[in-house]
Amino acid sequence: MRIFDNPNYNFIQWRWHAIALSVVVILAGFGMMVTRGLPLGIDFSGGTIVVLKFQQPVGEDALRRSLDAVPGEKVVQQFGDAGANEWLVRLPEITTEEGASLEQGARAVVDAVTKANLGQFEVISQEIVGPVIGADLQRKGIYATLASIVGITIYIGIRFRFAFAIGAIAATLHDILVTLAFLTFFGYDLSLNIVAAILTITGYSVNDTIVIFDRVRENLRSKRRESLETVVNTSVNQTLSRTLITAGTTFMAVLSLYLFGGEVLEGFAFTMLVGIVSGTYSTVFIAAAIAILLSGKQAQGRTQTARKAS
Amino acid sequence: MSKNLRWKLLVILGVVALAVFAFYPPGQKVRLGLDLKGGVHMVLRVQTDDALRLLTEGTADQLREQLRTAGLTGVTATATGTTTFTVTGVPPEQDAVFRSALSTVELSYDRSSSGPGSYTFEMKPNITVDNRESTVNQALQTIERRVNELGVAEPIVARHSAADQILVQLPGVTDVNRAKEIIRSTALLELRLVEQGPFPDENGARQAYGGNVPPDIQILPGRVEAVAPGQPAGAVYYALRRVPAVTGRDLRSASPQLDEYNRPAVGFSFNSEGAQKFGAFTSANIGRQLAVVLDGRVQTAPRIESRIDYEGRITGTFSSQEAADLALTLRSGALPASLTYLEERTVGPSLGAASIRAGVTAAAGGLLIVVLFLLFYYKLAGLNALTSIVVNLIILLGLMAYLGATMTLPGIAGFILTIGMGVDSNVLIFERIKEELATARGVKQAVAAGFDRVFLTILDTHVASLIAAAFLFQFGTGPIRGFATTLTIGLLSNVFTAVFVSRTMFELVLSRRQVAKLSI
Repeated sequence: MRIFDNPNYNFIQWRWHAIALSVVVILAGFGMMVTRGLPLGIDFSGGTIVVLKFQQPVGEDALRRSLDAVPGEKVVQQFGDAGANEWLVRLPEITTEEGASLEQGARAVVDAVTKANLGQFEVISQEIVGPVIGADLQRKGIYATLASIVGITIYIGIRFRFAFAIGAIAATLHDILVTLAFLTFFGYDLSLNIVAAILTITGYSVNDTIVIFDRVRENLRSKRRESLETVVNTSVNQTLSRTLITAGTTFMAVLSLYLFGGEVLEGFAFTMLVGIVSGTYSTVFIAAAIAILLSGKQAQGRTQTARKAS
Repeated sequence: MSKNLRWKLLVILGVVALAVFAFYPPGQKVRLGLDLKGGVHMVLRVQTDDALRLLTEGTADQLREQLRTAGLTGVTATATGTTTFTVTGVPPEQDAVFRSALSTVELSYDRSSSGPGSYTFEMKPNITVDNRESTVNQALQTIERRVNELGVAEPIVARHSAADQILVQLPGVTDVNRAKEIIRSTALLELRLVEQGPFPDENGARQAYGGNVPPDIQILPGRVEAVAPGQPAGAVYYALRRVPAVTGRDLRSASPQLDEYNRPAVGFSFNSEGAQKFGAFTSANIGRQLAVVLDGRVQTAPRIESRIDYEGRITGTFSSQEAADLALTLRSGALPASLTYLEERTVGPSLGAASIRAGVTAAAGGLLIVVLFLLFYYKLAGLNALTSIVVNLIILLGLMAYLGATMTLPGIAGFILTIGMGVDSNVLIFERIKEELATARGVKQAVAAGFDRVFLTILDTHVASLIAAAFLFQFGTGPIRGFATTLTIGLLSNVFTAVFVSRTMFELVLSRRQVAKLSI
């Protein structure tokens, strides 16, 4: 059984439409990030998260009202399933760094809820990140991402050709930007887990790109008469079943994570879902297109030699 | 079966057996992270400035004493910062005596003249760095001892990224506040002679010296117990000799006890050196008051009735839990500097258990869908893919257990990504075999060509992912590292299973009989 029997779609022809679409999505994401700010989770911005589990249902308004006494801009969200009576309270960054005051916010939340008499509850999780650690994690997250991108570029540059490395990295950056845009659209906070997911996408996207470039390299040897454009298009088509099967199975596995993985994994899984779709798309449309654009001169050279030879 | 093939099968069976041996039974050998097990994760900063200030003050005090015994009266030596102190009032004619007294001080401090007869001393930069370093190490060791006394299984106490940070992870701890108090309390015990007091307020204590407290006297707060219930315990002040007779360093042990009124108290005993000092001190000061000072606060100030050698007791208004915790911190020694919390994450055991359930359900569900698809799409060859996925998971668990790596939620996500990569490798190979079959060569040749051609692709994709994983591990923290660990291990075992195991299985089937058509 095969999904495609000898597919022969002209992907390269659509490259300008594809690039335009990507630019629109990324710009829209940027626009939202600029106007609303990139939503940072407490891992990076610092702050306090307390998750409370009540023994009986509690109204969101009642909970909000009970927290009026706690200073700062609070976020109150349902945590987990609706029936679980679990609520997440987030407080903004603590300004002081002095010993006991780091946990002040968490204590104030517990005190306020106790005082409001909303019923029996327990604190099932509590996260407090001071500003020093927040800045540290932010720096390290950026370093990790940049370093792995540079490392991969160098590897592809050595194994293939420079233009391909640029194409792969452009596709990867494209995926990171598109994912950030979607995270902003859907209001997910950037947390350490989500950075891990973004880095996974980096790996996934590069993986996809390498598979196609590998085939291009192979075909360049056997099909010496054809232009780079044709070779790339043939290669994309030849690997199309693999691209779709892999993307499909990974997507399903991650969809299972998104649906059943619980509150803690939801953001991670969402990021991966967006990344898989974007990664597959960028491999087919963006990476190859940029590799061709940058190999422009070489490609012409090839065609000319091909003509001479005939 | 050819010899070559038999050898390959043996290698595979051997690897699987080793892996199973490494992680069986999984309940004991696979370590769960805090997010799955519940517990607390903390990052503390050691205020190394504290230790430097203490050291500088001590050096200034010592120098002053030394100069006084050398006959230079009227010389002051006072600390002016964490690493600086100034000396004033050195008479010009005795400058030579002064300089000869400096031999030890100048090993660690740079001296500069700041006017006639006055000098400024500043700690040398390399000595400052060394002192900070050893302060953090001492704090680390003290915290380690305390955590061990708490009886937590598999705790982590380690240096964290920045030079003055310490990471503490206590899996399975439920009473987080108690654990935090025990780790944070400085627990510096000092026994000092009371010069005057108690006074009702600090000013009263100063007035006793005419408002000018001599440098070898220090005024510290203490407390009196409430006379009647409901009445607040008031504060009192004592004027104490600055240099303690004995400190917590000379303790041999400490344990919770009951005092003569059956209230919880903490008893302690000295080692031989401490007993000698304390014996001499108490016999010389019979009838005077002795202050038991804990973290700069006078706990009790009993009168010395007779010579005491070995034992003492701290009384106060403790609960029995507090007394037990104080005994614990005293036993484990004082912290060289105070600690502040930079980060704290607590996961309740119920949330951890829910996360495990959700994570495992999701992973199993994802795996099931993928396997069903592979069997449907690739038929018998799908079984081959299934085998390599299972072998991959076994090797991954085995390596995790062998390396003592911790399984976290992002780690489970790494597992899933590994499965994805494994499936991808299989898909790449199968699709290529299909292509090769279409060009109408024999089945055996098609399989061999499929594996050979794809091997380079698999190598390239895996090396690129390994590069990314290595950087994640190097620069990442916490969850990112957990993810990078499983990903790295998974990628390595994946190359083995997707290429070696899968190919061996094809060869096994093809060696048995003449296969005209491949079920793929």
